[in-house]
Amino acid sequence: MSGAVLPAPVPAPNLQRLRQAAGSCVALGGLLVFWAVAGQREWIDPFLLPPLGEVLQRLLEDVQFGEFATNAGLTVYRTALGFLIACVLGIPLGIAVARSAALRWFCAPLISVGFPMPKIAFLPVFILWFGVYDTSKIVMVAFASAFTLVASAEAGMRGVDKVLVWSARGMGAGPVGLFFQVLIPAALPQIFTGLQIALPTALITAIASEMLMGGAGLGGAMLQAGRFADSVGVYAGIVETAAVGMLVVAAMARLRRGLLHWHPEFARR
Amino acid sequence: MRVASRILPVLLVLLLWEGSTRLGFVSRAALPPFTVVMQALAGLVADGSLWANAAKSVPRSLVGFAAALVVGTLLGGGMALSRPFRTLVNPLVQVLYPLPKSALIPLLLVWFGLGDTSKSVLVFLGCLLPVVLSTFNGIAGVNEVLVWSARSMGASRAAVLWDVLLPAASPQILTGVRTAIAFMFLLMVSSELVIATNGLGYMIGALGDRGAYPAMFAVILVVSALGFAADAGFQAMSAHWLRWRE
Repeated sequence: MSGAVLPAPVPAPNLQRLRQAAGSCVALGGLLVFWAVAGQREWIDPFLLPPLGEVLQRLLEDVQFGEFATNAGLTVYRTALGFLIACVLGIPLGIAVARSAALRWFCAPLISVGFPMPKIAFLPVFILWFGVYDTSKIVMVAFASAFTLVASAEAGMRGVDKVLVWSARGMGAGPVGLFFQVLIPAALPQIFTGLQIALPTALITAIASEMLMGGAGLGGAMLQAGRFADSVGVYAGIVETAAVGMLVVAAMARLRRGLLHWHPEFARR
Repeated sequence: MRVASRILPVLLVLLLWEGSTRLGFVSRAALPPFTVVMQALAGLVADGSLWANAAKSVPRSLVGFAAALVVGTLLGGGMALSRPFRTLVNPLVQVLYPLPKSALIPLLLVWFGLGDTSKSVLVFLGCLLPVVLSTFNGIAGVNEVLVWSARSMGASRAAVLWDVLLPAASPQILTGVRTAIAFMFLLMVSSELVIATNGLGYMIGALGDRGAYPAMFAVILVVSALGFAADAGFQAMSAHWLRWRE
């Protein structure tokens, strides 16, 4: 129990790690060098692959003049709010579905129908219902991420080891204690896996709906650049989006580590 | 009996949809009654537009998907079997993985224009990573004892790959393929909604812009049914392929 409080042993730098780092540098560096050289020699039409320098300069300008902060902020805000709504509605629903047979009878077929369907197809419906501004984008994100969250919460709750439940009951845990101290913690890893799958989906959906509906945001800005044949803008937008994507994925992994530090999955390191 | 009990909730929802719109709880402008949507669907089938657009969407998505399957299993297998190859490819996978694939739509518009190619390439890129990662994890996770036993019984390296590694990794590979199928539909519809002159996604957008909402709902239902049918069909096929397992 107290093991989690002790500082983690510092990993000795070994050859394996070094070799991997070197490989990463070679692969990514090679790609960047190829980009720079191909741009300079004009092996590829500069419209299709604008010079690396120009893209970097555009990135710098976007950051300097606050365009990046505005667009990325809007995209992250829509993603986060929609995702949060999906969490607040979806995870309790998943838990309830796992606990109640009647609810499961009703919801399981609907989830299995809804799970694989391409949710983005409903965007025009949400535009019809909620107008062309932020609301429909946020509802779209929530709708697209909810099914994964419900399904993973349900699977997590149903997968809890029966022995854990019996032992807790045997030691006198009441229904409330059992729920909050045994069932939820035991289901948490799988619920988190659902969050980690759903969050990138939420980001993809936010960007796709921004592209479809225009306006500010990373997706809207990129589509605008594409329509005006501003290929430097498109490349800069992809780099910005990739950066946001990486941050979001890393933040989620970090949160998992923070909330699940007691779990065996992190004990080995 | 079991099937009926599983279909019943879906029917109840449809009944609720029909009833609430017919009785005026929900405005018909916001949600056309289910039967009206079905009539619109019959119209789209009769005038051939549904078929014509589906015949555009489905082949170009399947091309990208099939290419992703072939390239993805090769890359993932290569990463699992060769350390130098993994060292080289892994950083690229790590960079591409968190990139929202829909961000590539404007780039592909610049590179490949409005036609079929840009959608096939987008579907290819979107489906590639789930297949690469699941193949890599699947093959890298095979119990080494299996490989040693096969080698000691005289199996060649190729035989080990074909008869031991691939079958042992297949459950995980198939899970990745299932994710890829979902991505295929998502990217097909979103790319066609954004940039296209035909296809099912384009149809949804165009009908919505025209205010032909019953027809728009009809196409959305068709796309959802396609996604569901593909997923259910694939799961049935996987169960059949994996029937040798416990």
